Amino acid sequence: MTGRYHAPFAEHGSHAIDADIANRLLRIALGQGGDYADLFFEYSVSGSYAYDEQILRSARRAVSMGLGVRVMKGDATGYAYCEELSFDAMKRAAETAAQIAAGGKPHSPVGVTLRELPDRYPIAVESIDVDGAAKKAILERADRAARAADSRVIRVDASLAEGVREILVANSLGHMARDRQPMMRFGVRVIAQDGDNRQSGSSGGGGRLGLEYFDDRAPEWHAEQAVKQALVMLDAREAPAGEMDVVLGPGDSGILLHEAVGHGLEADFNRKNTSNYSNRIGEEVASALCTVVDDASLPGSRGSINVDDEGLLPTRSVLIEDGVLRGYMQDRHSADFFKTTPDGHGRRESFRSHPMPRMTNTMLLAGQDDPEDIIRSVSRGVYAKKFGGGQVDISNGDFVFSLTEGYLIEDGKLTAPLKGVNLIGNGPDAMRKVEMLGHDFEISDGIWTCGKDGQSVPVGVGCPTIKISAMTVGGTQVGGG
Amino acid sequence: MSAVDKEVAELIELGQSIVKRARGAGADVAEASVHGGSHLSVKVRMREPELVEEAGSRALGLRVMLGKRVASTYTSDLSKAGQQLLIEDALELAKLSEADEFAGPPDPSELSKPTQWADLDTFDDAVSEIAADEAMQRALDGERAAFDYDSRITNSEGASFTRARGMSALVTSGGFAGGDVGTYASVVVTPVADDEGGKKRRGYHWSAARHYAELESSRAVGQEAARRTLAQLGAKKLPTQELPVIFDKDAARSIVGLLAGCVLGGSIWRKSSYLVDRVGTQVASDLVTIIDDPLLVRGPGSRAFDGEGLISRRNIVVQDGKLQTYLLDTYSARKLGLQSTGSASRSSSGGISPSTSNLTLQPGTISRDDLVADTKHGLYVTGMMGFGFNSVTGDFSRGASGFLIENGELGHAVSEVTISLNLDQLLQRIDAVADDIDHRTSIASPTFRVASMTLAGT
Repeated sequence: MTGRYHAPFAEHGSHAIDADIANRLLRIALGQGGDYADLFFEYSVSGSYAYDEQILRSARRAVSMGLGVRVMKGDATGYAYCEELSFDAMKRAAETAAQIAAGGKPHSPVGVTLRELPDRYPIAVESIDVDGAAKKAILERADRAARAADSRVIRVDASLAEGVREILVANSLGHMARDRQPMMRFGVRVIAQDGDNRQSGSSGGGGRLGLEYFDDRAPEWHAEQAVKQALVMLDAREAPAGEMDVVLGPGDSGILLHEAVGHGLEADFNRKNTSNYSNRIGEEVASALCTVVDDASLPGSRGSINVDDEGLLPTRSVLIEDGVLRGYMQDRHSADFFKTTPDGHGRRESFRSHPMPRMTNTMLLAGQDDPEDIIRSVSRGVYAKKFGGGQVDISNGDFVFSLTEGYLIEDGKLTAPLKGVNLIGNGPDAMRKVEMLGHDFEISDGIWTCGKDGQSVPVGVGCPTIKISAMTVGGTQVGGG
Repeated sequence: MSAVDKEVAELIELGQSIVKRARGAGADVAEASVHGGSHLSVKVRMREPELVEEAGSRALGLRVMLGKRVASTYTSDLSKAGQQLLIEDALELAKLSEADEFAGPPDPSELSKPTQWADLDTFDDAVSEIAADEAMQRALDGERAAFDYDSRITNSEGASFTRARGMSALVTSGGFAGGDVGTYASVVVTPVADDEGGKKRRGYHWSAARHYAELESSRAVGQEAARRTLAQLGAKKLPTQELPVIFDKDAARSIVGLLAGCVLGGSIWRKSSYLVDRVGTQVASDLVTIIDDPLLVRGPGSRAFDGEGLISRRNIVVQDGKLQTYLLDTYSARKLGLQSTGSASRSSSGGISPSTSNLTLQPGTISRDDLVADTKHGLYVTGMMGFGFNSVTGDFSRGASGFLIENGELGHAVSEVTISLNLDQLLQRIDAVADDIDHRTSIASPTFRVASMTLAGT
C-alpha cells in the first residue's frame, strides 16, 4: 500500500478488523433479540484548497473515523456509534444498539465472509495522495484563464475538494465488504461587473476520479464557461411569469428528474405509503417516451459505488420503463417489506447515521429527437441550461428548481438570457407532459450532492434535451416578458 | 466543580496540549478548538418505535499560521497517532498556502476575560438526564395527538424527540482559553393526510428549547402539526398576478436569513452580496429594525465570546430600514478597513468566518390577525421551497405555499406557485410588521407584509 491515509481497521492497520472480530460484535448486537444487525466502519479523509486574489488562501484537511452499529427488530432500529476502535468501545456501541430489542432471545448472526467487489473508480493515483503543488497549479490555471477572459471579471474564486472514504461493512446476513471510495470536485466562480450591474457565473465538475480528470476538462475550460455565464447574465432580462413550454438542456437538467421523480421512488417513502408513487407499480406515471434508471455502475461517476453502506451490491434499477412504473429503489429493510431483492441503494452520510434508500446515478434515457428540432418546436418558452438546485415535497410531488443560466425561446430560437428564473411543478404531472426527448443524452459533470433527512450523499444525474409542455415559470414579468 | 465544568476543563486541557505541540513543531500561531457532546434521538411512526440512536463524540480542530500562511485541520481520531497527524498535516498545508497579509488573530489586548463573560443560561442538567423511555413517550404522545386531532390524519412520517448536550473549548497561542456548554431538546411531529387526485399533504410542527421545562407539550405540538397538515388540503394554483404577500413568521424568518447571508463580512469583501457599499443607506422600509444579539439569555445562537475570543456584543444591523453595519470577524474587518463586531464563528473544522448569533427582525405593534384583516386581497405564505436566491444581485424567486387572502380572511390553500421580487425591493416594500415573535430559532422574525410581489401560477 502506498499513500499517507489508510484506515486503522484495514487488514494491516493498527486496529485491524477481521471476520472474527466482526462476528463477535454482531453476536453482541443481536444478543437482545434483534433480527438484523450491521457494522459500518468508516475512515474518511477530506481536503480542500481555496484560491482567490491570486493566492492559495487556505488549505484544509479533515479526518473522521468511527464505527456505527445498527440493530433492527421489525421496523425498529437501534443505532449507536463510537469514534475509537478499542474492543471495549465497539462492544459498548453494540450493546447500546442492541437495546432496541431488549428482552428478546439472542439471535445468531451468519458468520461473515468477504465479498468480491467490482472496481468502478478508475484512478491511477488518488488526488489526496498527490503533492499539493500540483493542485495549486490547477487552481492558478483556472484563475489566470478567468481573469484573462474578459476585463469585466472582477473576482475569481477557484476551489478543489478531494477525499477518500474507506469503509468496512459487515452484516448478520453473512456479508462483509471493504471499499475505498475516492472523490474529487473542482469549481470556479467568477463575478463580472459592468457599471453597477454585477453578476456571477460558475462551472465545475469531478467525480470518483483523480487529477487526470483535467486531461479532458482543463481548468481553463471551466474558467471560460464560468466567465461566459457571468457575461451572459450581465445582459439578462427579467424572466416571464406564468405557464409556458420549457426545454431542459442535456446533462445538468437531470437534477430536475432527481427531485421531481427520484425521491418519490425511494422505497422507504413507499413502504410508509407517504409518496405520491405509493402502490402504483405497473401504472402509467410518465409519458411513454420516458425510461428512468438508477445505475451505480458508471465508471468514475460521482454517484457510483462498488458496494452500498449495508454491504449489498448495487444493480441497475429500472424505475420507469416507457412511462410505466416498474419499481422503487430498495435498501435491505424495504426490500424485505416489498418481498423483492435489495438492489444496493442503502446509503448513509457517515458512520454517525443509519442507511436509507438513496439514489446513485439517476438518468432519463435518450429519445429520438434532434435537440435543434425540439427548440424549433417552441414558439414561446424558456430554455433551461444550468441549475442552481432544487427541492421536492415527496408527499405530493411538488418541486421547485432555480436556474443559474436560462434563455427565452421565441419563435423556435434562443433569444434573451433570463435572470432569476424558477421552475415549479409537480413531478408526475411534469413527467406526463414530456413531449419530446433528444438523442443527446449526457451525464452531468460531477457536482451534485443530495440531502435527505439531514444526510448528504454525492449523486450523479443525467438526461437528454427534454421538452415539457406547460410548466410554471416563476419570473417577475407578468403578461409581457 | 460540576460534571459539565469538569468535562470542559478536560477539553481546555486537551486544547492547550495541542497548541503547545503545534507551536513546538514550528507554528507561529496555533489555535485549537475541541468539541464534545452526546445525544439521544428517538423516532416513532404509526405508534411504534422506529429509531433509538444514542452516542457521544469528540473532535479536534486546529488552525495554524506559518508567518502569514494559514491552514486548518480536523480529526475525530483522538488517538496519539490521530493527534500527531492533525498537527503534521496542518503544518504541511500551511507551507503550501501563500502569505495573506490580512490573516492573523486579534491583538491579545482585545481578547475577552472570564470575568467579562455573561451567564447565558444555555445549559440545563434536566435535558441531559432525559432517559430513552421518557423520550419515546414524548414522541409517541406527539404523534398520537396528531392522529386524535382529526380522522383525516391517516398517515404519518413520524414524530421524533431529541436531546443533545454539547461543550466546546477554544485555546489560542495568543493567550485565550475558554469553554462553552449548551443543551437542547426538541420534539417534531409530521402527520400526513390524503388529498384529492392521489396527492398527500404533509405538515409539521416542532418545539425546541435549551431548557427542558420550556419545551412545549408534545400534545400541543402534535395538534398544531395536524392543524397545519389539514389546512393544506385542496391546495390550488392561482393565476399569475401582482399582489400583496404576507409572510408568516416561519417564512419571514427565511427571508431574514437571506439578508443575513448578505451582511456577513466574507460576502462583502468577496463582492458576492448585493449590499456591498450600502452601509448608511436604506436597505429596507423604515418599519424594519434587525438586531444580532449573542447575549440573549437561553437563546439558540447565544455565545458569551466569539470564535476568536472577543467579547460578544449586541449589534444593530438595520435600524429603521438603514443598514448600520456588516457583521465582521477580525479578518473580514481588516480586509474592509473596519473593526470586528465580535461576530467570528469557528467551525468544528477550524475555519473562521463571521456568523449571526440570534438575529431578530424586531416585532411591530399590530397583531397577526389584524394584519390579515387589513389585507383585502393577497397571498399568505406559510412555506417556501427551493433555492432561488442570488446573493450577488438580490434576485429572489422561490416556490411558495400558503393561503389566498380574500376580504381580510384566509381562504383556500395555495400551492405550486412562485413568488418573485428582488430582495432589495422586497424589504423596502414591507408595509406592516406584526407583533408575533418567538425565539425557537437563531434567526427569527414576526409575520410581515410586502406591499406587492409577482406571483407566477397558471
